[in-house]
Amino acid sequence: MTDLKSAYDVVVIGGGHNGLACAASLAKAGKKVIVLEALHSPGGACATTEFFEQFSVSSCAQWLYQLDESVISQMSLKQNGFELSARNIPTTILSETGNHLTIFGDRLAGAGISEKDKMAFKSFNKQMMKFCDVLSKAFKRRPPSLIERSFGDVLALLGLGMKIKMLGKSDMRDLMRLGLINIYDVMEENFDNDLLKAAISVDSVLGSHMGPRSPNTVFGYLYRHMGDIFGYGRPGVSLVRGGMGQLGQSMAKAVKALGVDIELNAVVDRISIDVDKVTGVILRDGRELKAGIVVSSSDPKTTFEKFVGPVNLETDTVRRVKNVRMKGDAAKLHIALDGLPKFRGLAESRTGDRLLIAPNMEYIERAFNPSKYGQFSKSPIMDISIPSIHDSGLAPDGKHVLSAIVQYAPYDLEGGWEAGKQPFQDLLIDCLSQYYPDIKQQTLSVELLTPLDIEQRHLMHGGHWHHGEISLDQVLMMRPFPGVSQYRTPIDGLYLSGAGTHPGGGVMGLAGLNTAKEILSQKKKLKRPNFYDST
Amino acid sequence: MIPHNESMILHTPFHSRCEAACEVNLWEDWKGYTTPQVFTEIDMEYFAVRNSTGVFDLSPMTKYRISGSDSGAFINKLITRDIRKLAVGRVSYVLWCDGEGKVMDDGTIFRLSENDYRLCCYTRALDWLMWTAEGFDVTICEETAEVAALAVQGPTSCAVLKAMGFSGIELLKPFGMAYFNFSGSQLMVSRTGFTGDLGYEVWMEPNLGEIFWDALFDAGKLYGIRAIGSSALDMLRIEAGFLQAGVDFVPADEAIRSGRSRSPFELGLGWLVSFDKPVFNGRKALLKERAQGSRYAFVYLDVEGNKPAEHAFVYHADIEVGTITSAAWCPTAKTNIAFAQVDARYGSKGQSLIAEIYYERELKWTRVMASCKVIDGPVFAPARRRQTPAPNF
Repeated sequence: MTDLKSAYDVVVIGGGHNGLACAASLAKAGKKVIVLEALHSPGGACATTEFFEQFSVSSCAQWLYQLDESVISQMSLKQNGFELSARNIPTTILSETGNHLTIFGDRLAGAGISEKDKMAFKSFNKQMMKFCDVLSKAFKRRPPSLIERSFGDVLALLGLGMKIKMLGKSDMRDLMRLGLINIYDVMEENFDNDLLKAAISVDSVLGSHMGPRSPNTVFGYLYRHMGDIFGYGRPGVSLVRGGMGQLGQSMAKAVKALGVDIELNAVVDRISIDVDKVTGVILRDGRELKAGIVVSSSDPKTTFEKFVGPVNLETDTVRRVKNVRMKGDAAKLHIALDGLPKFRGLAESRTGDRLLIAPNMEYIERAFNPSKYGQFSKSPIMDISIPSIHDSGLAPDGKHVLSAIVQYAPYDLEGGWEAGKQPFQDLLIDCLSQYYPDIKQQTLSVELLTPLDIEQRHLMHGGHWHHGEISLDQVLMMRPFPGVSQYRTPIDGLYLSGAGTHPGGGVMGLAGLNTAKEILSQKKKLKRPNFYDST
Repeated sequence: MIPHNESMILHTPFHSRCEAACEVNLWEDWKGYTTPQVFTEIDMEYFAVRNSTGVFDLSPMTKYRISGSDSGAFINKLITRDIRKLAVGRVSYVLWCDGEGKVMDDGTIFRLSENDYRLCCYTRALDWLMWTAEGFDVTICEETAEVAALAVQGPTSCAVLKAMGFSGIELLKPFGMAYFNFSGSQLMVSRTGFTGDLGYEVWMEPNLGEIFWDALFDAGKLYGIRAIGSSALDMLRIEAGFLQAGVDFVPADEAIRSGRSRSPFELGLGWLVSFDKPVFNGRKALLKERAQGSRYAFVYLDVEGNKPAEHAFVYHADIEVGTITSAAWCPTAKTNIAFAQVDARYGSKGQSLIAEIYYERELKWTRVMASCKVIDGPVFAPARRRQTPAPNF
């Protein structure tokens, strides 16, 4: 156990990538920081778990595609054990007939894709990248505020406006038009090939409670592809050697080297408050840690409803917290396999790709429909990774692990997940077996994490990986809600970081960096308490 | 619950008696209830309260019952005053704010027992109360239709109630409450009111309404008792300096245009704000306003002449600095009084201003530029209002 007798300037709740990135920045600026992590290992959603003897998997986030390069350089992660096992991984979208389509950056191959679609995809990609580039500028700083704008915020807003204006008439018009509409219509405008349309739709809805026909799913696509502007290993998705947990470990090592203390298994019971000023944190074991600044990288609901408590918040804030939409609709499936999986019609060399099951947009929309009424999809969509192909350390020789993000699996399942989990798991295996006929014979063990499991295991309210839906009403100055959008909260000294804040979820690290910037920009001199209470 | 599913316009439990007494048949809609504006003649009704006893049916007033182990803590988060100072059996005048520190409503809170309160107010506020109750062990019940109430106000009000057999009522202190047996039931009497005079409010089950009314008017016959309508009450409350929600300020939740709602400081009600207590709605914004200054000031104006300065613009030299929200010629104080919201720079005592009053006489509009002066406080505050034991007139 860390010597908690020393005094800290800042207590960071949550040792996920954002909490750690924030701690690193603060430590570099000379602050004395402690990170409290409730779990037994650091990393939060960047976790590797052995789910079956000698079979390990990235148990929450599985791909790396948005991690800001500056996080890696600032924390010297490469010197601390962070390494990719594969990068620029192509996406192959599986067809029931075995005639699959592979996407290499902006190139397409297979599925009898037409020249017209190939050209259209190139120009679609080019335009999307332009839009991402504009938006990415807003990601690396605190969001402008709706009211009481500072001069810097006004400049940032003007800058964003200028950037949009400078896109030129036709692109600007398209951005204004596409930003709010649904990806389904945009796909119908642009492409003929069903697999291509579906692949882009999957990227637009992953991790959210939306189908391709839901409004502002185009924004979801841009959001996901922001990584192609600043993400390490871009373009496309990468795999971390040793699983995502290794990223967490290397970040933890890096912050320790900077003088930050990390206490694991430190479960926060509540944030202590003196009327409207934070005074520290009280752990479940009764210990109280005093600090003038507390950063919560936990999600907004856990932070405000559990750690602060509605009674300590003004009603406006209570209402806004309660109204944040953050019910997870994605599950995680892990399978230990006796050998290399063989997908029908898929070349062995492509098995290590990012594999998608979502044959067409109607399929995705129909998969989404039941979740609106509390039921899981009868024909779900999947985003599959077989990381052991690139990283032999994850499974014994000749054996493999399959990891898949599965949608849609509503958090509030009708009848509850206790009853629903096994039927859903059986259905998922059946669904996989249509593409991978030998799956049942090769399966050694299966683990399904429902949103409820993800909530309990990774301590995120609603099991929502983004700590709140990424939709236009909950991004930028509205993330997590107006009034708390610049990392500061109504409680002086309490900062909210993490995926629930701007720029949002995905293993990006920018929320953590931005929070640190915000704290360091506060002119008020930090006071370091010189004692520590044990109760 | 308010039974609007039964009727668009509701009757109070005293309706049959009001109807019989309402000679001029002039009614108005008060939050869904029909209530008399005038019974006979405004001035007669006004003078009943100042010289003998006036009776006003305040049953439509919104009432919430707040109970549970956290009821006190909940109320303290809701309102700006420190409820911890309110003893059981006492009543407090309170207001509450939204997150921007703007007044949502004012009202009175009755502490019925340790963890049991009644909140009486103007707006229907259940939604806000329920949101505010988040995290507290508290039960909130709307009881507007379940509690009937009559205000019995004026110099002889104590004598009338005593004549009804409420012995010891003269010992009830202002903002105190007491229970009395009546017709096999119990009713509650509080020494509260909206007239600035000696007076009481009587709270009872609706089914007692008619019997109580009859007994009250029987007992009051020799004491000059008279039913009064809202028009007379308006004169009385202006003379006494009481603000009316929806008239002198727009409840923050009902304000549509930005900047139209007012903070407690801007309404001259800063004395109802206590920062020396746990978090309450509006705290942050009010602290900021206290530090930075308010935009507006609420003032009492003594207006030259006898034309009520209703809805008049207020000028300083030739700059428009505010508006008048309530105005009346006050017969007892013999002063032409107006309440105004003015630019905070022009709100200090003794400030001379000009009210631009328009009035119509036989299709001809006339404008008067009346000089007025900011005065210290209400013009009517008789000793009998506070005396305990209450004087026996």
